[in-house]
Amino acid sequence: MCVYKTRASLHKRYIVLYVEYINPTKECRYLIIGEQKPLPEIISMIEHEGGTKILIVGCRSCVAVCLAGGEEEVLQLADRLREYSNSTSKGWEISTVTLQRQCEKEFDRGIAKLIENTDVILSLGCGVGAQVLGEVYPERIVLPGINTSSMGAPEGRGKWKERCVGCGDCTIQLSGGICPIARCSKMLQNGPCGGSQGGKCEVSPDRDCAWQLIYDRLRLKGRLDLLEIILPPKDWSKARDGGPRIVIKNTEAGR
Amino acid sequence: MKADSILERLLERGEFVVTSEISPPKSADGTKVREKVRILRGYADAFNVTDNQTAIVRMSSLAASLFCIQEGVEPIMQMTCRDRNRLAMQSDLIGASALGIRNLLCITGDHQRFGNQPQSRNVFDLDSTQQLMVFKRMRDEGELWCGDVMETAPKILLGAAANPFVDPIEMSVIRLSKKIKAGADFVQTQAIFDLDRFQEWYSVIRSRGLEKKTHIIAGVTPLRSYKAAKFMAENIPGMSIPEEVLKRMASAPDEKLEGTKICLERIEVLRDTPGIHGIHLMPINWESVVPEIMERAELLPRPSP
Repeated sequence: MCVYKTRASLHKRYIVLYVEYINPTKECRYLIIGEQKPLPEIISMIEHEGGTKILIVGCRSCVAVCLAGGEEEVLQLADRLREYSNSTSKGWEISTVTLQRQCEKEFDRGIAKLIENTDVILSLGCGVGAQVLGEVYPERIVLPGINTSSMGAPEGRGKWKERCVGCGDCTIQLSGGICPIARCSKMLQNGPCGGSQGGKCEVSPDRDCAWQLIYDRLRLKGRLDLLEIILPPKDWSKARDGGPRIVIKNTEAGR
Repeated sequence: MKADSILERLLERGEFVVTSEISPPKSADGTKVREKVRILRGYADAFNVTDNQTAIVRMSSLAASLFCIQEGVEPIMQMTCRDRNRLAMQSDLIGASALGIRNLLCITGDHQRFGNQPQSRNVFDLDSTQQLMVFKRMRDEGELWCGDVMETAPKILLGAAANPFVDPIEMSVIRLSKKIKAGADFVQTQAIFDLDRFQEWYSVIRSRGLEKKTHIIAGVTPLRSYKAAKFMAENIPGMSIPEEVLKRMASAPDEKLEGTKICLERIEVLRDTPGIHGIHLMPINWESVVPEIMERAELLPRPSP
């Protein structure tokens, strides 16, 4: 079953009405969060690369949900680059395409013709999408238009918060379902540092202290006893420290 | 005796100890440390040597601790979890013990955003509770955390920090209880200005009997001026200076005198609090006031080690 969702949004100069295709079975359960790089940085990358035919490749997955690299953002960026080109007589020809999932090679392969006719490829996919696109076209350079930051979830309008750092050894059952590795500025596993005051982190008053959140959640559950457990030194070899991780799903496993 | 340090002997004997603080300079000149040490020698039993405090790069606490020893003063080397992984921590402890350092304070460390290198990465391979576990195993079992046996185990008295002003109080107490279980032989607190809040925290500590399982040393700091007090209240993480204290500093005709008086009042109360084993006098860039405070608090001369 497919769901079609219509979304209207305000463009700089006109209203864009477009249809978003969502496949419920493949919808992102979590979200890779990213932000578009500032325009001057994007322009400088393009100029450094050279050429006049520019292709912007967006993605309809995570970066579309966090309003950084979906179809709408691709069109907006194309407009801004055209404006810049006109005002500086660069003569840039900007084309755009937005893939279902830039992180899957089959979608990337579908734009071979477009790539062939392009001097500069600018990806508005996340760091994973941009790399996979580069793997499909290994002879080409893919410019990253997005700064990918984290795995997180939406929190109110236009706001996303990091929830997971992929440490490879989840223990959130002990901390009320709130991860201190991802959400404490110091990744502390045995309680707050001396800088937690009024529920806020010492790093910034706009950041909640993860341990205050954990305390409140455990209190609600009547499980403050869990706070007494000492977590011994963590095995970081399962995290990025052990080198790039590879997960192999063996369908015959579990025997 | 775990380390046979002066601090350990005095604590075991039940003396009311005094520790103070030396912050290493942003200088490769060892005479700067020696000068600071000479001013303070004899006015406290042992001196904390800070480790890149507020995330500002300075001479390493290991090197500055060695200068203390050479000047005949006992150091309490501080070691943050911010700047080292478990390899560096264990090797620095082995080195520190070999050089004769006998006390070590395990601390998290202020976030690097406060310092002069906010673009750096932080480490936090271990938190301070885990750091205590690792060091206790090294000292008591003679083993590295991985299980490798050392030829000679480090001799070290292990300390932890506690902040009575962390919210919520219950959480702060649970965290301290974990640090004590993990191996904290002594505990130094954040500077106490807010006595009511301290008493509230301490009553929870006592209800769990924690003051009997370690040696609690209460932190105090003399305020030099209203400006300094306001700066500390706003910029030092975890610091709590009540409005009443700020008002006293603001309206005092002689700010230094008032700051000293506020500090002495707190020392008097803490000295009479059962289960408090001493004070930790942190002069924060005002080392020259230490002799006066010690004299007026009648904490001199220091007991013989």
